[in-house]
Amino acid sequence: MKPAVLTGEHFITGDVACAEGALAAGCRFFAGYPITPATEVAEHMAVRLPDVGGTYIQMEDEIASMGAVLGASCAGAKSMTATSGPGFSLMMENIGLAICTETPCVVVNVQRAGPSTGLPTLAAQGDMMQARWGSHGHYEIITLAPSSPQEMFYLTITAFDLSETYRTPVLIMSDEVIGHLSERVIIPEANAIKPRSRPKPKGRKDRFKPFQPGPNGVAPMAIAGEGYGIHVTGLTHDEKGYPVMTAEAQEAMLAQLTGKIHRNLEDIIRTEAYRLEDADLVIVSYGVSARSSLAAVDEARQLGIKAGLLKLVTVWPFPEERVRALAERVKGLVTVEINLGQIHLEVQRCAAGRAPAMLVGHAGGAVIPPERIIETLRNFS
Amino acid sequence: MERCRLVFSGSGGQGVITAAIILAEAAVLYENLMATQTQAYGPEARGGATRSDVIISDAPIYFPKVTQPNVLVCLTQAAYNKFYGIIRPGGLLLSDSKYVQMETRVDARQVQLPMYQSVMDQIGKPIVFNICMLGAVLGLTQVIQPEAVMKALGTRIPAGFLDLNRKALDLGMKLALQVNV
Repeated sequence: MKPAVLTGEHFITGDVACAEGALAAGCRFFAGYPITPATEVAEHMAVRLPDVGGTYIQMEDEIASMGAVLGASCAGAKSMTATSGPGFSLMMENIGLAICTETPCVVVNVQRAGPSTGLPTLAAQGDMMQARWGSHGHYEIITLAPSSPQEMFYLTITAFDLSETYRTPVLIMSDEVIGHLSERVIIPEANAIKPRSRPKPKGRKDRFKPFQPGPNGVAPMAIAGEGYGIHVTGLTHDEKGYPVMTAEAQEAMLAQLTGKIHRNLEDIIRTEAYRLEDADLVIVSYGVSARSSLAAVDEARQLGIKAGLLKLVTVWPFPEERVRALAERVKGLVTVEINLGQIHLEVQRCAAGRAPAMLVGHAGGAVIPPERIIETLRNFS
Repeated sequence: MERCRLVFSGSGGQGVITAAIILAEAAVLYENLMATQTQAYGPEARGGATRSDVIISDAPIYFPKVTQPNVLVCLTQAAYNKFYGIIRPGGLLLSDSKYVQMETRVDARQVQLPMYQSVMDQIGKPIVFNICMLGAVLGLTQVIQPEAVMKALGTRIPAGFLDLNRKALDLGMKLALQVNV
């Protein structure tokens, strides 16, 4: 039997690296329904979870998968699922339940082109706004976007860390190319990985209020069966977890759900800068498109264009301050993504006219070649 | 080293994706190079046009797809017809003589080898056709050492089949050698 952390050098796909990252983070429950191009995450978890005493369940569909993930999380397991567009749509209802009930879980979307069944085997980044607003009601959500199998490994650990710390679902928005890309992945020693866990309650079990926030704005989470009295509902609830059908309770609950994210942006938001110091044209990109952008930055520099890249590792909550600061000092911002303008709208909003914001987009089904980005940079400079 | 961009194409089930993964894995794990491997395929499990891209380099690889391969392998006529136009001028286009009728106006070094027929005549197991192809690619390009490929194969296939694969790899290299002479 293999250990949970497969320390060493590997040549594996992004999907497999994601599964290994989950195991290294302590994930011990996976429920899902296979779908291209995310199937390999489930397939690998089905093989590996029994090695480490975990549970894999193939459910009847993605609605049930998400329900099982939440149930397992309430029972104390670090839980996840992986899917693609059509399945992601079906999971939206229970992702909302996870947000409302503050149930930690990780949902991986290996994006393919949509809408609907679209192009099952071809890449896109068209679900980025769905990640933000796909479930009903107003909420905050944490979303990470990996650009390589190595990042699929590390960001899956980060996703569990953030999910546990803030008691919220965390989405990993990958894509077909990164999911199926094989590349070198280094897995560190097990003791170099220090996974975070959800805050635990202390004190009298009969006085416990399951939704009363602690010092960092997050309520300690009792595990079902530990003896704490808990009540969990998707209805608007108070700190005891009981439904309260008033506008005041709704306001208090939303302040709690959004506030715990807003107060901890420093911990949640991660970006990477490439040749940004003296850049006057800045590409904003994420996922596989950030790789096209890296190539474009180097080639543009050779042509004398001072290009740089702001890579969004955290896409939601949107790194507003970083984009605003750039907009103050650069000649232009170019968003590169495999959709027809989603994160572009956010960049435009944050630039607020201080710098022009352009889009290099694509309807889906292919990776954006660096040449297309360079063409836009040239026209811009 | 100069960056090597390879495209392996054929029909689903011929093993072109497996061959690409083994090549790229061997480069990364046993020659300490950088490599990426991606694929494009249809929803079918067998049949349908399959393509796998491999980039091998000693520098970081950002864009993981190949637009103009130095090395293009086509194992079916359909794959050949679809892809021969993307070859980098002066590149190497390898095809199998059983399956492909070559075009004349191709700006590349075209090599056609009886890989499938040789595998059937000398080994008798069509399953190693892809490894024979890999041997031919190694023989023609020297992109990495065959021993690295054998090491990668050793971790991926049952021990009992290793010898069969070694024979196929050697056969491909031998076929390539005849071209060079």
